Amino acid sequence: MNKDQAPVLVCKDLCISYYTRAGEIPAVVDFSLTVKPGETIGIVGESGCGKSTVAMAIMQYMGANGGIKSGSITFKGRDLTQLSESELRSIRGAEIAMIYQEPFASLNPSLKIKTQLMEVPLAHENISKDEARQRAMQMLSDVNLPDPERMMESYPHQLSGGQQQRVVIAMGLLSNPSLLLLDEPTTALDVTVEAGIVKLVADISKKFGTSQIYISHNLGLILETCDRVFVMYSGEVVEEGTIDSLFTWPKHPYTHGLFACIPLPTADKNAAPLKPIRGQLPLPFERPQGCYYHPRCDHFKTGLCDLERFKMVHVENSAADHRVRCLRYKEIDHHREVPGGEAKEAIELGKRVLKVSGMKKYYEVRDSSLRALFAGKRIRQVKANEELNFTAREGETVAIVGESGCGKSTFAKVLMGLETSTEGEVRHNGKEISEVAVRDRSAKQISSLQMVFQNPFDTLNPSHSIGGQISRVIKKFGVETDKKKIFDRVMSLLDTVKLPRDFYFRKPRQLSGGQKQRIGIARAFAGNPSMVIADEPVSALDVSVAAAVTELLMDIQREHKTTLLFISHDLSVVRYLSDRIVVMYLGHILERGTTEDIFAPPYHPYTEALLSAVPIADPEVTKREIVLEGNLPSAMKPPKGCPFCTRCHRRIGDICDNDLPPEQFVVDRHIIKCHIPLEELCLVLPVITVPDVSERLHVELRE
Amino acid sequence: MVTLVVKRIGFMIFTMIVVSLILFLLLETKLTGDPATRVLGQFSNEEQREIWREQHGYNQPVALRYVKWLGNFATGELGESIRFKGPVADVMFPRLWNTAILGFVTFAIMIPLSLTLGVLSGMKEGSMLDRTISVFGIITTSVPEFASAVMFSALFVFSLKWLPGTSSMSGGFEFKQLILPAMVLIVYDFGYVARMTRASMAEVMTSQYIRTAVLKGLPYRSVIVKHALRNALIAPFTVIMLQINWLLSGVIVVEFFFAYKGFGALILEASLNNDIALLEACAMVAVCVAVTTQTIADIGYTFLNPRIRFS
Ligand SMILES: Nc1ncnc2c1ncn2[C@@H]1O[C@H](COP(=O)(O)OP(=O)(O)OP(=O)(O)O)[C@@H](O)[C@H]1O
Ligand code: SF4
Ligand code: SF4
Ligand SMILES: [Mg+2]
Repeated sequence: MNKDQAPVLVCKDLCISYYTRAGEIPAVVDFSLTVKPGETIGIVGESGCGKSTVAMAIMQYMGANGGIKSGSITFKGRDLTQLSESELRSIRGAEIAMIYQEPFASLNPSLKIKTQLMEVPLAHENISKDEARQRAMQMLSDVNLPDPERMMESYPHQLSGGQQQRVVIAMGLLSNPSLLLLDEPTTALDVTVEAGIVKLVADISKKFGTSQIYISHNLGLILETCDRVFVMYSGEVVEEGTIDSLFTWPKHPYTHGLFACIPLPTADKNAAPLKPIRGQLPLPFERPQGCYYHPRCDHFKTGLCDLERFKMVHVENSAADHRVRCLRYKEIDHHREVPGGEAKEAIELGKRVLKVSGMKKYYEVRDSSLRALFAGKRIRQVKANEELNFTAREGETVAIVGESGCGKSTFAKVLMGLETSTEGEVRHNGKEISEVAVRDRSAKQISSLQMVFQNPFDTLNPSHSIGGQISRVIKKFGVETDKKKIFDRVMSLLDTVKLPRDFYFRKPRQLSGGQKQRIGIARAFAGNPSMVIADEPVSALDVSVAAAVTELLMDIQREHKTTLLFISHDLSVVRYLSDRIVVMYLGHILERGTTEDIFAPPYHPYTEALLSAVPIADPEVTKREIVLEGNLPSAMKPPKGCPFCTRCHRRIGDICDNDLPPEQFVVDRHIIKCHIPLEELCLVLPVITVPDVSERLHVELRE
Repeated sequence: MVTLVVKRIGFMIFTMIVVSLILFLLLETKLTGDPATRVLGQFSNEEQREIWREQHGYNQPVALRYVKWLGNFATGELGESIRFKGPVADVMFPRLWNTAILGFVTFAIMIPLSLTLGVLSGMKEGSMLDRTISVFGIITTSVPEFASAVMFSALFVFSLKWLPGTSSMSGGFEFKQLILPAMVLIVYDFGYVARMTRASMAEVMTSQYIRTAVLKGLPYRSVIVKHALRNALIAPFTVIMLQINWLLSGVIVVEFFFAYKGFGALILEASLNNDIALLEACAMVAVCVAVTTQTIADIGYTFLNPRIRFS
């Protein structure tokens, strides 16, 4: 980083508004930012706080209804807001490039990769087609894509999500821009793929000296990629500083709130649970007087915080550019506060509720290609679940983790009776259920095994009131029959999920994402289930909302001693809330055991990689870096031997390719499926190292 | 891709056979009344009809007759037209040719016009140009053909006296006579295709890959030509193929109005005169055209769409 060079980009007092029929929406207010050469800036904040709006304003691509109201955006001495369309064109793509959240949607589906890459230098530089081609190929290998030759001739849909994103990054870098904008570049990707992209992004600034603006809602990712960070809340920056300074001494109550919402390795569901921020992000035209954060702030002081607008101030006695927008930051002593929320009691585990033994689920797919027709292999099998074995006890939380396509959701479907298993058995409360479809299950069976879905948006009927929908479920399960009693039950369920009672009469569209997910939970718990399957219940929600929903689930579980099967790809959430973890890959269980077992050596090589891929928003936690090569194989063509052999960083030889590894018992109920002998696996160092409390205190005292 | 083409063509042939069977059962058997009566008229006597049946092989088994009938069709033996007192083929093909000329002229003008205007208005949704084109398209499409035929005649034939009022081409082919019928068809169909194109273009313009193209710093022209058009024209292509099909029957009104000796007018005449052989032939041609355009539309759609092509 060259600190003394002229800045690449300066945004000064930027105000950006959208104009709609309902009136002006001031999406971003008073935004200032400086990017120095080679520096990576992070912008973090919850959905709707204006992150993308800033990026689009820098690109001067605001759509028909957006506009910059005041302020300036100076790029290398030129004010972008004053440039003509053709001047902008010579800057876009050549000097400032952008990477988007959904790589597939941002590539043209009907043009070959080579066309889409080559046109960038062709448009900006005076070079021949051959040269452009050479450059494109070179860039593809610079972003670590295998076989650039073949990539060039492919269409976007022929590549995996991770490969598509690498292509988009290559496209952005082709004309060697001075500034790269990345808007949530890994949100649509799997964790291990994400880790690869994050490493690539971090290497870019080293290799090409490109300055970057990295937008994310994930503090962990920001920590791993950026030098400086801006925390945005409701259209304005509330705190900015270097990564070190801001992550170690966050000053703004909102920044603190964000940290308390994410399951850091120091959080513990019983001793130091997550502490959601109360309330909601205000809509741009409903912002309160004074400090925008005041209705949600624990340190709010009437007559001070709710009067007038105020500027960011430099934090006293801190690193050069740590600034904060809070009137009381000096008085608030964050160390006094307990990390996380109030301690809660752990639940005792009861009898065994679920036993899965040798469960297999194969799907048959018809292959309609000509080759299949001639080979006589019209029907192919997709082995979605291979030999699943595990158990769960009353009150226990069992997490199933794995990346997309590993068979998590298939397993949930079998449990719910939406699919029947191919082989093996699943016993719930002693009864075989894997071959009983939903329609053959009794109301009691159905009500005792319920599910919470990932997307709260499409599981509710938009035309019925919330109360009506919950009542219907209660009636269907036969919990209550009397009208009055049903109503009472709905009311108590609304209390349980901490929603106001008058939500009874609301329609789903009047609810926010988090509220809808609460209704989903209320519905699942309507029939006092003994077991609930939650399929990525919080991954579509914002951090503070996700924290609230997670805590809610835990509380209800504590109260009802429900067994919770928590399906997720996010190991940090899983570590936080589960008692036992099952790690799946391509339909196989590769490792299972208690949470402590999984997070400490011996690891299965895949678990090791997964752990290393989890972004952790704590600068004191150190991680060993393991970046996996290659893509997830297709479930249609799984490897012959170990399912993980195509990407394994510890592969020991042909045996991995040819033979399915055996289950090795570490201790009772901790199992690793790998050819590497257990003794050797035990020698592996821990992936995540958390300094213990005394060490932390030591550091703090020294400061 | 190959599988798809083979499948589609197989399906096309199958459809045609089914239709021919239905046609045969309807017109050539007693299912819907005695064909002899239909040909010879209500006042013929049983003896005459019997002789006719014997002469034309109507006493043979139905299955055999169907095969023969189909064979004749395939080899171009379309039978005799009663109305025109001659082989059906001699009557029908020139008429088909005339309609083809009319259709060609219509399409040659209508397609470039509606695609251009559709693309222009889709490019900047909500702009003045877009609104003008959309309103114009809706108006022209909602005026029925006979009404616009009357209006155009009134204007160009009676007031301005620029164009002839009929298009019977009695003195040999004359391009001038084609103008009015083509104009009516163009005006009627233009709005539909233009609006389809506009919708498709507008959708593409809001897509993320167009944003990518713009933010790559490509010239606007290349954003439109290279990135937008290709994707935006997939849907209209299908629509246009189906317009060919529409034209075949859509011309009836226009041809009748302008006394143009085309295929549509022929169908009308054949059915008004109970000319069974002619009607059958016309119907088969119409079906062939319909099925073929549908097939080309399907295959073309797949071909233009790499996502379907390579999966
Ligand atoms: N085209 C638009 N018209 C009107 N309002 C808009 C438009 N685009 C965004 N907004 C509003 O502007 C505010 C900021 O939106 P923006 O997309 O910048 O948020 P974001 O921080 O990128 O959120 P996310 O994390 O969900 O991507 C929001 O309140 C949003 O509803
Ligand atoms: S200014 Fe007041 S309300 Fe706003 S964050 Fe600071 S203490 Fe909280
Ligand atoms: S069996 Fe081989 S390939 Fe599979 S995880 Fe173990 S070392 Fe890796
Ligand atoms: Mg955004």
